[in-house]
Amino acid sequence: MARYLVRRLLQMIPVFVGATLLIFLMVNVMGDPVAGLCGERACDSATAAQLEREFGLDKPVWQQYATYMANVFTGDFGTAFNGQPVTELMATAFPVTIRLTLVAIVFEIVIGIALGVVTGLRRGRPVDTAVLLGTLVVISVPTFVTGLLLQLLLGVKWGWVRPSVSPQAPLDELILPGLVLASVSLAYVTRLTRTSIAENRRADYVRTAVAKGLPRRRVVVRHLLRNSLIPVVTFIGTDIGALMGGAIVTERIFNIHGVGYQLYQGILRQNTQTVVGFVTVLVLVFLVANLLVDLLYAVLDPRIRYA
Amino acid sequence: MRGRTRVQWALAVAVAVLPLAACTSGAGAAGGSVLSSSWGDPQNPLEPSNTNEVQGGKVLDMIFRGLKRYNPRTGRAENMLAERIDTTDSRTYHVTVKDGWTFSNGEPVTARSFVDAWNYGASLRNNQKNAYFFGYIEGYDKVHPDSGKQTADTLSGLKVTGPRTFTVTLGQKFSTFPDTLGYAAFAPLPRAFFTHHKAWLDKPIGNGPYTVESYTKGAQMYLKKWAGYPGPDKARNDGVTLMVYTDSNTAYTDVLAGNLDLADDIPAGQLKNVSSDLDGRYINTPAGILQTLAFPFYDKAWNTEGARKVRTGLSMAINRAQITKTLFRNTRTPATDWTSPVLGEDGGYQAGLCGAACEYRPAEAKKLVQEGGGLPGGQVRITYNADTGSHKEWVDAVCNSINNALGDDRACVGNPVGTFADFRNQISQHKMPGPFRAGWQMDYPLIQNFLQPLYYTDASSNDGKWSNKQFDALVDRANAETGQKAAIGLFQQAEKVVRDNMAAIPLWYQNGSAGYSERLRNVALNPFSVPVYNEIEVG
Repeated sequence: MARYLVRRLLQMIPVFVGATLLIFLMVNVMGDPVAGLCGERACDSATAAQLEREFGLDKPVWQQYATYMANVFTGDFGTAFNGQPVTELMATAFPVTIRLTLVAIVFEIVIGIALGVVTGLRRGRPVDTAVLLGTLVVISVPTFVTGLLLQLLLGVKWGWVRPSVSPQAPLDELILPGLVLASVSLAYVTRLTRTSIAENRRADYVRTAVAKGLPRRRVVVRHLLRNSLIPVVTFIGTDIGALMGGAIVTERIFNIHGVGYQLYQGILRQNTQTVVGFVTVLVLVFLVANLLVDLLYAVLDPRIRYA
Repeated sequence: MRGRTRVQWALAVAVAVLPLAACTSGAGAAGGSVLSSSWGDPQNPLEPSNTNEVQGGKVLDMIFRGLKRYNPRTGRAENMLAERIDTTDSRTYHVTVKDGWTFSNGEPVTARSFVDAWNYGASLRNNQKNAYFFGYIEGYDKVHPDSGKQTADTLSGLKVTGPRTFTVTLGQKFSTFPDTLGYAAFAPLPRAFFTHHKAWLDKPIGNGPYTVESYTKGAQMYLKKWAGYPGPDKARNDGVTLMVYTDSNTAYTDVLAGNLDLADDIPAGQLKNVSSDLDGRYINTPAGILQTLAFPFYDKAWNTEGARKVRTGLSMAINRAQITKTLFRNTRTPATDWTSPVLGEDGGYQAGLCGAACEYRPAEAKKLVQEGGGLPGGQVRITYNADTGSHKEWVDAVCNSINNALGDDRACVGNPVGTFADFRNQISQHKMPGPFRAGWQMDYPLIQNFLQPLYYTDASSNDGKWSNKQFDALVDRANAETGQKAAIGLFQQAEKVVRDNMAAIPLWYQNGSAGYSERLRNVALNPFSVPVYNEIEVG
């Protein structure tokens, strides 16, 4: 187990370097950041040159990348164009997005798995058909449509919730955005769980458990569900990274100042430091989430052993 | 055993989540007569000489007062901190600052407050984006050379002559110079700005009717009424909370839900229902913004006598009235000159100066384009940035109009560029394949500002590199003129040169728009399309 962990951690290094280099190059290809920084009116050449020097943009790209990575390892992610250190932006953005992601994941787990179990056990019944139809609708409608619609109905027409989230982004205000963010994944989790449960219902160990005379609840939760969760856990694990980085649409609709907002603004203003910094952290989140998923396999299925 | 582990797990997760959930506190509209207003994250640090966009400008307009202030109704430059600005030769100006003004930290506003601020703004070392505003002052080439190191720290043209008096010497005659002093870049700065710069940026100190009470970067700023404000335009409310919105649609939704008091910039998609949604609490007033199509004069094909006819022909092929009415729902007005109605007749605005060239005349348009040798390359590609505003919509509409007029489906196509930054980039590298979107938001309400920075040879925003000796000579003469009226007359003559050459196609004058909640009264936008916050009454 320990050796496996070390191997996995070592594998992360090339992935991390490769991913950040790719992002760095892509952002650089987009063009001269100083032109974007100056806005509608071009900066005079002297100021532009001075800004380039200050942000190190006059050096060759490989050198920029090397200095950047060296700084990153000392915890310095550079300065955004508005004069704020990128770490400061991260400190405000990540807690908000983590909260939002947690709300979304809780929705996925609670609603998604519950629906999946119910439909998996009652395959072909009306409740199964109804839920399947529902998930189909949710998957096929884009997030911004669901988001705007729910915002208009619940926020403006019925006045149940605030249509936008305040800067502090407390948990209760994140329930609606979290649900919207989770909606598509939730539908997938339902379908995954349903298929998995339906398949494993006929497995030998379930028959054995029933034959042993275990109560139905224990059979379903302990034996059937636990073994059926592996694909679902894989999905949710990778979804954590996707939800954190992919909340741009949801964060815009509900005015949440999280990672998506910072990324969006960073791209619009061609702010290399912000974009690369945030994406670097997201890459780390992906890697760690994936590792955790792999380790969870062993917990869920005793037959899986790592060496 | 297993069961217990699971409980422990759940506990651990709960403990990890709790601190995240704990930091919740009240937000939104504060009580009393404080109003909340939509805002965007300022692009640059909030230094007056470093702010060249409207969101940072909003704050500066609330916390600073300069020598002059533009009347929010008429746009006329009026004395604010200036007691007198005298000159005999349009080159050396003697400025006297009014007595009794202080910054909100108690420090008196003196001549030095201005001179230090301007020197800071001009100095190359400080990377100030509005540095070129000080370019008229003598010695600018020393503190801000085009290349190489600066050889002086202060402008030789600025001299403090007394506690409340200083002189400004310009590098050339510039008769309307005093009227430019209402621009935020010319604001005075307290000593704290220089001695505790970082702290100042976190919580700017100024001399305007509001003081910054709290500022959470990227989220919100609470500006409180400054009770000790010595000026005549005291705040009529207790304060303003500026809330950052990433999407103007969300801000609009929040106004509908009563969560936000004031949203400026109503999204285009909501314009058709805004009157009924807000029951008349909607304003739509002219702002000093002109949208044009600029041309790449560095491209030989566009810089010929024939191309002049083609440009005029293209202008006639655009049905401005229809586009502004159906697409913009009258938040734009068809342009008939190269300035803006907010200048007023006295300020140099001349309705109809463009004449027939700005009217929709498809038959003549087709004829002119043919006479001019056809479209360069057989097709015009209008370049625009697709990330903000509704540029795609109007460029498509303009192309449609051109295609219909010329009877050719492929005469005009849009050429979208992904981000504004990249768009600017391609413009500065002279890579425009044809006409491109150009918008001009005035810095100060003077006809000079609509002409010189855009069409003078090698001027700061002359992106198409248009150059015309006659125009340059007229602008030089206008700037040297001592009389306001005569200067404006000469600028208008220069504008006629722009017209005769169709240096840029004027499209429409842009309005500022805003919607507000039932709590507010007396809401107005100034010519810079910024709400006049200090006049808003709450309750």
